[in-house]
Amino acid sequence: MFKSLRSQLTTLWTILQHSFTRAETVQYPEQKPYLAPRYRGRIVLTKDPDGDERCVACNLCAVACPVDCIALQQGVREDGRWYPQFFRINFSRCIMCGLCEEACPTNAIQLTPDFEMCEYDRQNMVYEKEHLQIDGTGKYHQYNFYRVAGLAISGKDKGQAEHEAQPIDVKSLLP
Amino acid sequence: MPVIRIDGQDYEVKEGDNLLQACLGLGLDLPYFCWHPAMGSIGACRQCAVVQYQNAEDQRGRLVMSCMTPVSDGAIFSLAGDKAATFRQAIIESLMTNHPHDCPVCAEGGECHLQDMTVMVGHRDRHYRGLKRTHRNQNLGPLIQHEMNRCIACYRCTRYYRDYAGGTDLAAMAAHNHVYFGRHEDGVLESEFAGNLVEVCPTGVFTDKPLQQEYTRKWDLQSAPSLCTGCAVGCNTLAGERYGKLKRIHNRYNSEVNGYFLCDRGRFGASFVNHKQRLDWAGRRSANGRFDAIDSDQALQHLAAACQRGGLAGIGSPRASVEANFLLRTLVGADNYSPGFSAAEQPLVELALSLQQQTRALIPSIKQIESADAVFILGEDVTNTAPRIALALRQSVRNIAYTMAAQLRLLPWQDAAVRNLAQEQRNPLFIAALADTRLDDVAAATLHLAPADIARLGHAVAARIRTARAHSPATLSPNKVSPNKVPPNEVMDEALQQQADTIASALLDAKRPLLLSGTGCGSAAVMAAAADIAAALGSPAAATVTKGNVNNSDSDSDSDAENSSTTASKVDSDAAGPAVMLCLAVPEANSLGQALLTGPSAPTLEALTVRAVGGEIQTLLVLENDLYRRGPAADIERLLQHVAEIIVIDSLDNPTLSASTLALPAASFAESEGTLVSMEGRAQRHFPVFLPAKERRASWQWLLACLQAISHPRTTDLQHFDDVTNACASDIAALANITKAAPDHLFRNAGLAKVPRQPHRYSGRTAMGANVSVHEPKQAADEDSALAFSMEGVNQFQPGALLPFVWAPGWNSNQSLHKFQTEVGGPLKGGTAGAKLLQQTGAADDHAAPLSPSAFKPVTGQWLLVPRYKIFGSEELSAHSPAIAQLLLPAYLEITAADAERLQVDEGDGVQVMDSASGATLATLEVRINDTMADGCAGYSVGHSAHQGSIFNLVAGTGVALQKADPWQRRTQSAPGADLIATDSPTNSNTAAPGGPNHV
Ligand code: SF4
Ligand code: SF4
Ligand code: SF4
Ligand code: SF4
Ligand code: FES
Repeated sequence: MFKSLRSQLTTLWTILQHSFTRAETVQYPEQKPYLAPRYRGRIVLTKDPDGDERCVACNLCAVACPVDCIALQQGVREDGRWYPQFFRINFSRCIMCGLCEEACPTNAIQLTPDFEMCEYDRQNMVYEKEHLQIDGTGKYHQYNFYRVAGLAISGKDKGQAEHEAQPIDVKSLLP
Repeated sequence: MPVIRIDGQDYEVKEGDNLLQACLGLGLDLPYFCWHPAMGSIGACRQCAVVQYQNAEDQRGRLVMSCMTPVSDGAIFSLAGDKAATFRQAIIESLMTNHPHDCPVCAEGGECHLQDMTVMVGHRDRHYRGLKRTHRNQNLGPLIQHEMNRCIACYRCTRYYRDYAGGTDLAAMAAHNHVYFGRHEDGVLESEFAGNLVEVCPTGVFTDKPLQQEYTRKWDLQSAPSLCTGCAVGCNTLAGERYGKLKRIHNRYNSEVNGYFLCDRGRFGASFVNHKQRLDWAGRRSANGRFDAIDSDQALQHLAAACQRGGLAGIGSPRASVEANFLLRTLVGADNYSPGFSAAEQPLVELALSLQQQTRALIPSIKQIESADAVFILGEDVTNTAPRIALALRQSVRNIAYTMAAQLRLLPWQDAAVRNLAQEQRNPLFIAALADTRLDDVAAATLHLAPADIARLGHAVAARIRTARAHSPATLSPNKVSPNKVPPNEVMDEALQQQADTIASALLDAKRPLLLSGTGCGSAAVMAAAADIAAALGSPAAATVTKGNVNNSDSDSDSDAENSSTTASKVDSDAAGPAVMLCLAVPEANSLGQALLTGPSAPTLEALTVRAVGGEIQTLLVLENDLYRRGPAADIERLLQHVAEIIVIDSLDNPTLSASTLALPAASFAESEGTLVSMEGRAQRHFPVFLPAKERRASWQWLLACLQAISHPRTTDLQHFDDVTNACASDIAALANITKAAPDHLFRNAGLAKVPRQPHRYSGRTAMGANVSVHEPKQAADEDSALAFSMEGVNQFQPGALLPFVWAPGWNSNQSLHKFQTEVGGPLKGGTAGAKLLQQTGAADDHAAPLSPSAFKPVTGQWLLVPRYKIFGSEELSAHSPAIAQLLLPAYLEITAADAERLQVDEGDGVQVMDSASGATLATLEVRINDTMADGCAGYSVGHSAHQGSIFNLVAGTGVALQKADPWQRRTQSAPGADLIATDSPTNSNTAAPGGPNHV
């Protein structure tokens, strides 16, 4: 009995102490909280340092997605690059887990520190490529997949990627 | 059976197998690259290393290549052994040194054997820091994409292309790590079977070009077991769909039919399904001649109303399913139903059927064709009419190599050794054809003759066989029939007689002689001659041997005698007497099914025309059939003009649809279920891969709905597709077995679940339709089959007819197939798909042989029209596939150089083809000079679109006059596909010159 009384008093004291600390409550939305750059919010598609679309429509994000909310269709551009003809994320299903970003071999798909995605109409939560594509490189500034990949595209021939030797002349008799 | 010990456990394995085969057959995972179940081992890649121990005391062991090691009783191996595991890892690492960083943009990714093997051996970190060797790609035409950097030099491609498929224009070039697999220069791969490289190459060097233009990964494809509708062989396919488009066709393994390979018509010819001229809505012709779109209920009302008016007739189709044809026949009545063949073709197909029913010879499956040890082809250009058979024939001529190998106790899978042993020795293959064929390079002799002369040669061979048999003391009067003779007033020329002797003796020496003919040269006499030889060869002894096959059961009785693994099977082990095989090719996917459905007395198109002209027909129902391909345009027009209401159910726009008064949109083979009967009488089922879009409906659904709308008594209790199949089986005795083609819709795999069409990693389900509505619809239910439009279910151990895709843990590529086979190269665990229908009586073999026709005598100024088929262009639907369309040529007429000179035309000039009786111009075609054309014959390219007139105005066997066409615009000669830019052809000027600085 004595013990419980003491516990009660401690509790009261602790609560009383809180009256003199700074409130954690933030005046959202007037006041925005700090979100780290790696916060997992709204998803974007980024561009490579040369300003071209990064996504190569490999479908790895789509298959990694646990709620299957990414759908896209690959196409081949005139210059030989693979690209998504359409790219759709159904954010009303997305759980912001970031697995797509982890799966992406080109750093194209990235989660951003933006979670303010409320809509009255759920249909508006369906984002197409034009809603997802941004102009910058996002968090990763240097990486350009085509500089390392073996696929030749216009402006980068065989032998011009990183760590590539010049193409072999198969008809040469030299060893 | 030898018992071997692997990692401490004893396993019983099959005598004569190699260790790799044995391990895979036991379900063990062992990495490999260069070994292929259909092509045996060469030990090139060193990936399949295991440790072999001398005896139980041996602790060190030594590395051996499992694919080169025969299993022997008591042998001790270790797969997991450290030494082997490290070695295998090192091999992958070395194969990977030059491998590009390409997986995300590689059309093999996700079903790449190299990816699978890399993961399997556990290689992760790249230690190589040097430069990667690179190669330039080649433009190999519109079908196949080339990306040479991804090569691991396993040599499967050249072994397949050259050794297996007999191609000459793909080879390994250069040496050491420069080795390059390609052509001597850019250009379309010549082989009709080049598409199999896509599946044979374990990496992304050769990929499906049309697919990679709008690519979908394997895990995203919704697939169903399907059939190729390209010809009557009936190859089994896996068709894959995404976003409502048919994306690709892969091989579906069937140990008795196509095995591991398809032809390019089958692989690349199905994308007509996505054609923009597909019919989406029903249309009714209005008073002003235009079509008004109407909804399907209205369409059905019109259809039912028309069917109740009387004066009804129907034309079925040899390219539509048995069920749809059956319903149409039920609707219009058997007397008013024409199977939809051309007037010339109908008797030929009926003859092909009756010859097969009446012979005692075995009607071979493709696998049995591969086992033939002497072949005589009469008149049929199989590479172009039934392509997959040509690939099988190329294997059959190699049986001598296996026999020789067996004598030296070499095992059949020791591929290089067996090939070296036989060198150029082949089993005899004789070809009597209208002109050159693509099998000439492996033929012992080729003869170019007019159809009548082919028949005469055939009968002469039969006569020689009969004489030889009658005089041979070993056989007691094998045939009651007197030897037939060439009509006495005509003598065959000396050379031909000699050929007849050679052929007859080769066939007599053979244990498994095969006679191959068909409707392809448009002559009944030729087919009859082939059957005559079969009858002459078939001694009573042979008949008993083949008895088991005659009453065809599902399992082929040969498989006991024969070792069912592909290569081992080639060793001939039957001693009881010759097993004569007779194979007759028919034109279309369901030609034989139509002949079985209607029997011999069905009205022809001509008979219907006569009745239409007589005013007996008011309403004509045409099922999936472009009548303008079935005869001279004038004849077809006469039929259509005399009918008030023309109702056409079809999928792709064509002239018959345009002539209709009511057009109903049909679902294609990929959107509907159906049974097709292949040329060997095998009933097989295709299932819908995806749901038909818009108002498209399967033809059988339109017809069933119509029958029910008019309360037809036969259809009151029909509901499901299976009910229609059952009704057809019970009404038509000859089709009684079609119900066995595949399990019905009540089948549940493992007694539990349906078979899923979607792999378990199918992605995007909550987004693919979200642009239309964010509220995901329920998965579509499939009431008609045991497959589900879902990823849920069991895809294991179900009957072969229900296999929608192959996948096994750790095996994402098509190499996972061995997990579904009873043994490597053997039948599927769930049983072989399809049911054989033909009931053979053997009656014909006891009848008097047919008289041979009189010799063909060329007349100056007149030519005999003979059909020439092309794998691309002769078949209606595949020609609409965009990739194949790029390879098509306009219609041509093949004549000899002497004839061209007489007509004063050159290659590429135009020639007018005129009926020599009436003088009317039938068509204007391009001239091709082909000196192998039989004398006095002119070959026309069946099915191609002509410059003027229609190629279908030309009927095989008619006499025509020819005349230089003037004026004529010559086609600018450009190689097909030349305008396509190879992916890495230098597009910028700063490109290094070929060879590059490192070669200076
Ligand atoms: S994983 Fe990256 S590159 Fe691949 S489809 Fe997704 S966003 Fe594009
Ligand atoms: S071949 Fe296989 S491993 Fe190589 S890039 Fe293609 S998918 Fe990747
Ligand atoms: S191209 Fe493909 S099949 Fe040919 S050697 Fe290279 S990896 Fe093997
Ligand atoms: S066209 Fe004939 S041979 Fe070719 S895949 Fe189709 S069914 Fe087989
Ligand atoms: S599979 Fe055995 S060495 Fe290649």
